[in-house]
Parts: sequence; C-alpha cells; structure tokens
Amino acid sequence: MTLLAFLILFVAVAIGYTINLRAARAIRAGGTKPHSLDGFHGGYAALVILVPTFFLIIFWMLFQGVVINSLVKAGLPSGTFDGLGTGEIQLIMAEIRSIAGGRVFGTPEDWKLAAADRLVALRATSSWLLVAVTLAMVAVLILLTRRTVAADFRARHWVERIVLVLMVACATVAIFVTIGIVGSLMFETFRFFQMVPFWEFILGTSWEPQIPIREDQIAAEGAFGMLPVFLGTLVIATIAMVIATPIGLFSAIYLHEFASPRVRAVVKPVLEILSGVPTVVYGFFAILVIAPAIRSFGADLGLPIAPNTALAAGSVMGIMLVPFISSFADDALGAVPRSLRDGSLAVGATPAETVSKVLFPAAIPGIVGGILLAVSRAIGETMIVVMAAGLIAKMTINPLDSVTTVTVQIVTLLIGDTAFDSPKTLAAFALGMVLFLVTLVINIFALSIVRKYREIYD
Amino acid sequence: MTDQTVSSGSFDWTSPAFKTNLKRRKRSQLRLKLLGLTAISIAFLMLALLIGSLVSTGYHAFTQTHIKMEVYLDPQEIDPENPDRGGYRDILTETMRTQFPEVADDRAALRRLTTMLSNGAQFTIRDAVVANPALIGQTVTFDVPVSDSYDQLNKGLIDRETPEQFRRLKDDEIANFDLLQDRGMVTKPLNTALITNADSRFPELAGLKGAIIGSFYALLTCFILSFPVGIGAAIYLEEFAPKNRVSDLIEININNLAAVPSVVFGLLALAVFLGWFGMPRSAPFVGGLTLALMTLPTIIIATRAALKAVPPSIREAALGVGASKQQVVFGHVLPLAMPGILTGTIIGLAQALGETAPLLLIGMNAFITSAPSTPFDSATALPTQIFIWADSPERGFVSRTSAAILVLLTFLITMNAVAIYLRSKFERKW
Repeated sequence: MTLLAFLILFVAVAIGYTINLRAARAIRAGGTKPHSLDGFHGGYAALVILVPTFFLIIFWMLFQGVVINSLVKAGLPSGTFDGLGTGEIQLIMAEIRSIAGGRVFGTPEDWKLAAADRLVALRATSSWLLVAVTLAMVAVLILLTRRTVAADFRARHWVERIVLVLMVACATVAIFVTIGIVGSLMFETFRFFQMVPFWEFILGTSWEPQIPIREDQIAAEGAFGMLPVFLGTLVIATIAMVIATPIGLFSAIYLHEFASPRVRAVVKPVLEILSGVPTVVYGFFAILVIAPAIRSFGADLGLPIAPNTALAAGSVMGIMLVPFISSFADDALGAVPRSLRDGSLAVGATPAETVSKVLFPAAIPGIVGGILLAVSRAIGETMIVVMAAGLIAKMTINPLDSVTTVTVQIVTLLIGDTAFDSPKTLAAFALGMVLFLVTLVINIFALSIVRKYREIYD
Repeated sequence: MTDQTVSSGSFDWTSPAFKTNLKRRKRSQLRLKLLGLTAISIAFLMLALLIGSLVSTGYHAFTQTHIKMEVYLDPQEIDPENPDRGGYRDILTETMRTQFPEVADDRAALRRLTTMLSNGAQFTIRDAVVANPALIGQTVTFDVPVSDSYDQLNKGLIDRETPEQFRRLKDDEIANFDLLQDRGMVTKPLNTALITNADSRFPELAGLKGAIIGSFYALLTCFILSFPVGIGAAIYLEEFAPKNRVSDLIEININNLAAVPSVVFGLLALAVFLGWFGMPRSAPFVGGLTLALMTLPTIIIATRAALKAVPPSIREAALGVGASKQQVVFGHVLPLAMPGILTGTIIGLAQALGETAPLLLIGMNAFITSAPSTPFDSATALPTQIFIWADSPERGFVSRTSAAILVLLTFLITMNAVAIYLRSKFERKW
C-alpha cells in the first residue's frame, strides 16, 4: 500500500510538471515572455507536489505502527495490564501481532483474538487512508500549482528557494543524528542511573551484569562497576597502539623520505588494503591464526596464556591501525614546508637527520593528532574484541590474561531479545554513553590539533 | 689537537675523527632505513598471512563432497496426492541398505550408515519428487551432499593416522566411505550451495544467499538515503553556506560524526528505530538506515573535496553569462564533480558493506534459513553471517567462514576497483 502511495506521488509529480511546463509554453507561444524559463514552472509544480506529500507518507509510515499499537492497547479489556511488567506487556502484544499475522499457537484467549482482528482492521484502514490522503493531497496541489503559472510568476526564484531549504535540511541531518545519539543515550542512561547509583557505576570495581530474570531465580546480585571494563579497554588499546605506532611511523618515514616513487606507488595502496579489510575479518583472523600462535608460543616459554588473551585482540587491532597512523604521519611530514627540509639538507645533514631532527619535530602536532584519532578508534573498535577478547571483567593489566572491553559488553548485553527496562540492557547504554563521551573528547582534541597545525603552515 | 679544529675556520675533512663521525651518521641513516623497511615488511607479512590463512582454510568450502546413488522411490513411502509428506528418510535408509547388504538387519549400524548423508539429502529428493511426481516408483540417480564429517574426511582434513578414540569418524565408518569411493560413487563438485542456499545448522547445506540479498537490500537503502542527502548537505556547505557559527558547528559536527564508534550508531538505531518507532527487528531496511547515518559523513566529505577541485573559472564563466548561483552549481559544477563524488560514495558504501557491529545490535545476526524477499523481512548481512559462522562449533564452518570472508572481500575489491576506475577514467586534472 505504501508502494502504491509512492507510485501515486511520482505519477502526480510527472503530471504536475508536464501541466505547468505546457502552460508556460502556451504563454510563451502567446507572445508574452514569462519571467522564468518554462522548465522552472514545471519544476516548481514538481517540488511543491513532491516535498510535502513525500514527508506526509514518511511520517505516516513512521507513526502508524505506534498509533495502531496504542489503539489496540486501548481497546483491550480494562485491567489487562494491571500489575504486569513491560516485558510481559510486550509479550502479549507480540502474541497479538503474530495471531494477526496468521500464526496462531495453541488456543489464545478470546480477547486476544478480538485484539488481533482489530489490529488487522486498523492496519487495513491505515493503509487505505494513506492512499486516500495522498490522492487528495496531490490533486489539491496539482490544481494549486497550475493556477500559479503566469508570465510574471517568478518560478525560478521559488524553485531556488525551495532547493536551498532542502539543502539546508540535508546539512542539518548531521546535527540531528548527533542530537539523536546524545538524546537516546542520555535518556536510557538516565533510566539506568535510577536503578544503579551513579558513583557505583563510575567507581565500582566489579562488573557482573548477570541479574535474576525471575523473582525465584538464584543468580548473582548483579554489579555494575565500569572500572574493570574500562581498564580492559585500555589494556587492549595500549597493546594495539604499542604495535601500531612504531610500525606506522617508521613505514611513513621510509615512504616519505627513502622510498622511490615506484616503491611508494606500490606500498601505499597495499597498506590501504589493510585499512579496508572489514573488522569482522580481523576478528576471525585473530581467533584463527594469532591467538593459537601466541598460545603455543607462550606454552613453549612456559607462560600461562589465557585462550582469549588481550594480546591477540590487541595485536590484530594494532595491525588494523597501522595504515591509519602511517597515512596521517605521511600527510603531516608532507605538510612541512619544503624550505625547512632544503635548509637542513643544505647545511649537510643526512636525509635521516633531516627527518628525525627537522621534519619530525615540525610534524609532531599532526602526527600526535593522527595517533589520538587511532586511539579513539582502538577504544571504539568492536568486532575484533567481540570475537577475540574475553567476556569476564577483571581488574588486571596483565596482557596475557583475558580482559573484556566496553564494546564487548555493549554487544553481549544487547544481543538477542531485549527489554528496555532491565538494568542489564540499560547498562549497555550507559557504557555507550561513556564510550561516546571518551571518543568525542579525544576526537575533538585531535581534530583541533590537526586543524591548528595545518593553519600554521598553510 | 686535531679535534679542536672544528671551532676554527679551517676544517680537516680527512681527519679520522670526522671519518668515524661520518661513518656513525651513515650507520644511523642505514638504521632508520632498515627500521622503515622492517615496519613495512611486518605490515606486508601480516597482510600476506591474513590472506594466506583465509585462502588456505577457505578453498575447501568451494567444493563439497557428494555421493551419487540410485534411489528407488518406493510408492509405499510416498503418497502421490501429497508428495510433500513422504517417508524420504526411510527411502534413504533403504538405499544405504542396498549398498551395504551385510548390515541389512542391524538397525543401529544402518542408522550410523545413514548419517553419512547430509540431513538435507531427503529434502533434495523430496523437492525432485514434488517437482515431478511421475518419478514415484522409479529408480532415479541422485547426487546428494554427504554430512560434514565425511566431507572433512574426503578433503583430507581428518587424519586417518589419529588413534580411533580421538577421531570423529570411527574405523568402520571410514571403511564404509572408502568402499563407496572405490565404487566411484563419491564426487567432489563445485559447492554451488554456498551461493544458492540460505543459512543452515548443517555446514554442508549452509549458504550465503540470504546474507548476500540482505546486504544488497541494506546497501540499497543506505545508498538511496545517504547519496542525495549527502550531496545536498555538501553542496550547501561548500557553495552556499555563509561563513558563520552555524556553518562551523555543522562542519565540526560532521567531522566528529565520521569518528564516532560504529557500535554507538547501533545503540542509536536500537533505541530510536526499534525502540521508539517500532521498526521490525533484523530487517535490512533498518540496517540500511543505520548504515546511511554512518556513510553520510564520508559522502559529505568526499563530495566537498570533489566540489572544491572544480576550478573557480568554471563558476565565474557561468556566472558571467548570466546563470544564477544554483544554475551554476547544478548545471556546471556538480556534473564536473560527479566522478569524484561517485568514487567517494562507492568507497563509503564499501565501508558500509563491511560494517558489523551496528547490525548486530539491531538483530541482523538471527538464524534465518530463508532469503528475505523484501527489505522488511528478517535477514542477515554478509559480515554478520561471517560472525555467526565464526561462532559455530561445527568444524565445517571454519572453512565456510573463510569462504564467506573471501566472498565479502571479492565484493569489496570489486567496488573499490570500480571506484578507482571511475577516478582514473573521468577525473580531470585542471
């Protein structure tokens, strides 16, 4: 049905465009010269029909589910939901929906069947109503725009105004995404802190999100102290940076200073491949190759190495970050003015001395910015650690041990069916908030360093 | 005294002190060079190791061991009115009994024999019969996949030298399989099921069809949403936006958005799209919506760079002959910038294709045995399918995970190659 609505819309746009185009041509043929080209009269009609109707359909699609849901809920016999948690309410609604979809299990109560019938009826009404409203709207708009065609109608100005507004709307999408991220994270985090005290989360040293699902279930109390999780993130990020920074920097220095253009033309794209490999592939690589290799190496040395040691996830993440750091460093070295380099070479310094004593210090801000961005990536990286790191949070900085990270906890807490009212689910959003804030601060700092540094030499 | 001449005007270039000094400096230059070469070789080695390990484990999954055998479609087992519900398992058991007459009456041994065939074998036969009910009562040759353990045996992944108690297949099972092999019934054709089947619990039946279609729908949604919005935003910011606080804010915002961890976008999608708007779980449409938010900054940044690369003379010439600002942009600048924009978009989409974490959070890691027919059906995507298979305990899934990764990498390489081709073919140097 929505497809039909869209079809009607596009046909109407085509009709409106043609009608106005012809009308403008008729005016021109009549001897008077219109203010705007004929195409703009058509374009004006197309835009005026397209934009409002398009948004109408989108909003209808977005909100019809919510509205129908609440109508069905309101139609249930009063007192149905008394004393039920949101999880049970969701279960009942899901059952009603599956009955409406024709999948009946067992013998549901009569009121559920009635609700399912109502749901089906409401859905049908909604889709017919959508088509009807769309038809009415495009008809009115076609008539309205047809009447605007006149020799002195400034169609181009109107078209350009509408296009400009549309472009501004596109540009603000980015802002709305940020607002959406911050808003949703804050909303859920706030609900989390109503269940778990703020300071317990920030300073707690034990993370055991297993909480009893039923009243009578024997399970751990559940502890939500983020410190061990965050420590694990830092351990893995540190390992990754210890590996990525020297490899990235030295390869950048070599490429920038010693490599011939031919070598550069081969090596740079190959390094780029490393950054284009999806992280889930790195994760599989870590469990397939790196972790067993590290473990057997450790067994040879007699070291006790956990099966999912932080070393495996960290080192693979380091490899992933090499091209990132290397390209940032390469750019930073390239941005140093040629005069500095020529001056250094002219007084007799070797290329190596020029790089390490002149270019490198001058490029430090850009390089640090790149390294910081890599750190933020390492902290936010998800798939490698989900696949290769551990699940249990420990207060340890031993890289041979298994640690867990913020992103691992977010994914494991939210995988599978989730209800939005248990501290377990909400804890994931609180962790997400921490992750977002930490990476945001690092990113802003790094980007401002990079930008300021660019301005110095520009 | 010679080493003090440095401070005086004349310098002894031949002094031993200078020579050792020069040697030291040259050595340190060599050291730096070697360090750089080592760094690059480590990176190359890792890439080679990555690809090598994927290929060496993955190529097994591109073939699948089959057994070709004559199956008597017993009319007593199949009701011609209702061929869907025949006793196909019994038919297979009967077929194995004819192959191994010596175990004819030992039911336990017979059951073990039938485990040699994949669980999907009975469905292959059923589908053939449903398609052509005239087959009932005839003896037909079928080519059915064997189960995972025997597939591993045939590919040499099970070591026959291992003591029996540590081996997944016992001596008699191996002997039975070898017997069939000697009769020439065992074949190893190309594993088309890898592409034409959807997911399955059984490695020999599992395929990527659902994941590929799911990824396609997600990418399509992502492209439809992020491409126009991204171009609109970039044109506004690059060509029309006044230089003020608001524009700066938008710009900083976009740069930061590009660096937000992907899992955070997953949280946003879970809370807003699924939680507030009640969109369906596991749907490629929702996945594409989430990926669109992540791809948007990439497309905006690439488009702005492409617009910037168009020389001002083009704009001035168009303005000079009386075009309006928008006519200049849409009639001249944008078409010239299109190759750059498309390149950036394809690279952004390639990134989106490999993105996993946000899709996990919206439930695209469900176990779904049929391919989605619309973007609103439950589905997996290629990277989440890789994640599911990597988590599966069956041995056969190791090689299938690698094979799936190779398929994903093939798609990525193709997309990037198209992007590079576009750039080299159409991009102009001014």
